[in-house]
Amino acid sequence: MKEIVVLSGKGGTGKTSLTASFAVLGGAELVVADCDVDAADMHLLLEPDFADREDFHSGELAVIDPSKCSDCGQCAAVCRYDAVEVIGGRHVIDELGCEGCGYCARVCPDDAIENIEQHVGQWYRSAIRTGSTMIHARLKIGADNSGKLVAKVKRMAREAAAAQGKDWVLVDGSPGVGCPVVSSLSGASLVVLVTEPTVSGLHDLRRVYKLVKMFGIAAGCIINKADLNAKVSRELREFLENEEIPILTEIPYDERFTSAITQGRTIVEWDPDLARLLGDCWKKITELAGDHQI
Amino acid sequence: MKLIFTTTGTDWDSKMDPRFGRTQFFFVYDEESDKIQTYDNTAIENEAHGAGPKTAQKLSEFDAQVLITGNGPGGNAAAVLQTTGTEIYVGAGEMTVREAYEAYRSGALKKFGGV
Amino acid sequence: MKVAIASGKGGTGKTTLSTNLARFMAESEPVVLVDLDVEEPNSGLFVAGELFHDEPKYKMIPVWESETCSLCGNCQEVCNFNAILKMGDRIMIFPELCHGCYACSELCPTASLPMQQKPMGELKHLRSGALDFVESRLMISEEQAVPLIHQTLRYVDESFSPEVVKILDSPPGTSCPVIEATRGADLVILVTEPTPFGLHDLKLAVDTVRRLGKEFVVVLNRYGIGDDQVEQYCAAEGIHLAARIPNQRRIAETYAAGKLLYREIPEVAEATDAIASLIHAHAAGGS
Repeated sequence: MKEIVVLSGKGGTGKTSLTASFAVLGGAELVVADCDVDAADMHLLLEPDFADREDFHSGELAVIDPSKCSDCGQCAAVCRYDAVEVIGGRHVIDELGCEGCGYCARVCPDDAIENIEQHVGQWYRSAIRTGSTMIHARLKIGADNSGKLVAKVKRMAREAAAAQGKDWVLVDGSPGVGCPVVSSLSGASLVVLVTEPTVSGLHDLRRVYKLVKMFGIAAGCIINKADLNAKVSRELREFLENEEIPILTEIPYDERFTSAITQGRTIVEWDPDLARLLGDCWKKITELAGDHQI
Repeated sequence: MKLIFTTTGTDWDSKMDPRFGRTQFFFVYDEESDKIQTYDNTAIENEAHGAGPKTAQKLSEFDAQVLITGNGPGGNAAAVLQTTGTEIYVGAGEMTVREAYEAYRSGALKKFGGV
Repeated sequence: MKVAIASGKGGTGKTTLSTNLARFMAESEPVVLVDLDVEEPNSGLFVAGELFHDEPKYKMIPVWESETCSLCGNCQEVCNFNAILKMGDRIMIFPELCHGCYACSELCPTASLPMQQKPMGELKHLRSGALDFVESRLMISEEQAVPLIHQTLRYVDESFSPEVVKILDSPPGTSCPVIEATRGADLVILVTEPTPFGLHDLKLAVDTVRRLGKEFVVVLNRYGIGDDQVEQYCAAEGIHLAARIPNQRRIAETYAAGKLLYREIPEVAEATDAIASLIHAHAAGGS
């Protein structure tokens, strides 16, 4: 099974719009996994039906049973996150502060603290308008994306692909350089980097590519808003050349992207010129990812 | 020689699991006795963080000399495997266990560079 | 006076607004700009100044003392983060997985795991005229932004008087880092753009600041592109739309070159001025 992961260090480079475009180009032949859970926007373009849903738990949370608690304060004394509050003389856990380390429960002399699995959100298996399946998730406020959630979303996508006899999974990767990105990369056949020639775009691309390189995964790059700045554009090209990262396509700064999104459509369904450009790009991606094509 | 594979199933025709830390199964093959042993690692799903080192620790209990997997372990897991001296071969993520074993025998798999 | 600049989604213009607003206000009063997007701090690319102070930031992790250790394995039992493992006759510690809870250290029967400082990032404090700029950068292998954000805010609290305007460029999203960055703010400015993506992420951001009980306003960036759904939403929810920054290719180009916008583009100067006035009014009324 081939897994294509789309990444960009910085937000706002057009990663999600482009991933959704590739989902349309790949059509029924590929399963989509949205691992950009902090800003999961792909559903706005692909119209999932949220058919199957399941609660998702990650990490633990301490809960004090007031009927057993003698308010001795030992839990507060060992907590390094200031997550034990005293309200009206009673000890309670501040949910947003608790890291789930379990230390308080271990020292509680009354056995009044239990660690429960923290409910952090839901994940969904949906039919989407491309005739395929999308796995996506939604987190509660204050809940962190995690390697666990990304791994879950990716695994469900692979299982859905296997069950439907499909060979391709397209992943909208997580931002940043932490654990969720590592989990996004794990098992990837090809990484598609989306960047823009801005000082911050180039800066973040360098950081995220370090990780890709560490895992030894093949990569290609899409330069979006390519004509914004000639000087940064030159630096960007130099970087890509030195690292031997092929440029998959260059897309000019184009407000048609926004008009398409406003209509709930991807750019390949909106503008014939850009559809051709991205069609060629998608062909290159599938060639790079594997011997056989979609 | 004892070899260990990261797999999605429990027989020779199962697909490999390209992931190390969150692999679904270990498939352990002892060449001398021609015996197979498998271990269900799916409980690792419940770990929010640090799946890699935990899986590496479990793996060390099987005393295998060679690990065959897909992308290779991350830095932490690689550090754990280094203490046991396990040799790591990568690039078998898309194969069946049988194909991966043959690829290893013919020298077609890449040795993992280490930490 | 702390003003957090936040947004649900990345790339809406948070850093652009923060840097422009800070430089603009610093022309007439002392201002502190704090980049709390410690995983990808970018404000510094737009602000120059002389280095006033820098310091490594540490977190506390256990170190193993093999001489006294009885290899009982209690540490690996009590760690909820897989950050410490017993491998044969040694104990392995994985610093970036460690949350610094002290459980393994303090519950070790032979006291063989004393806690020690480990660098997790670096704080820099630059000064240029009336503008102080503080940024922290998380080391690439580190995974937890919250402790560094916490320490950075503490540095700011200790270094400046409460009245000084502090502009906090916050991380994107609705997860722990953004909550840590905004929970101490007197006012939150949510930056969005008039697209379905912008609206969707704005709603999540509004839920977050409401849950934190913060006063907030919205700034609409790239105004003119897209549709009027964000404006309709704000009107329906009674949310104050503090400024509209027009969409112009020239703005994108000026940003791409790493230049300040309000000096080049009058509409941006106007919007920045309006936001500065709002902050002043809030400071006068609020405290």
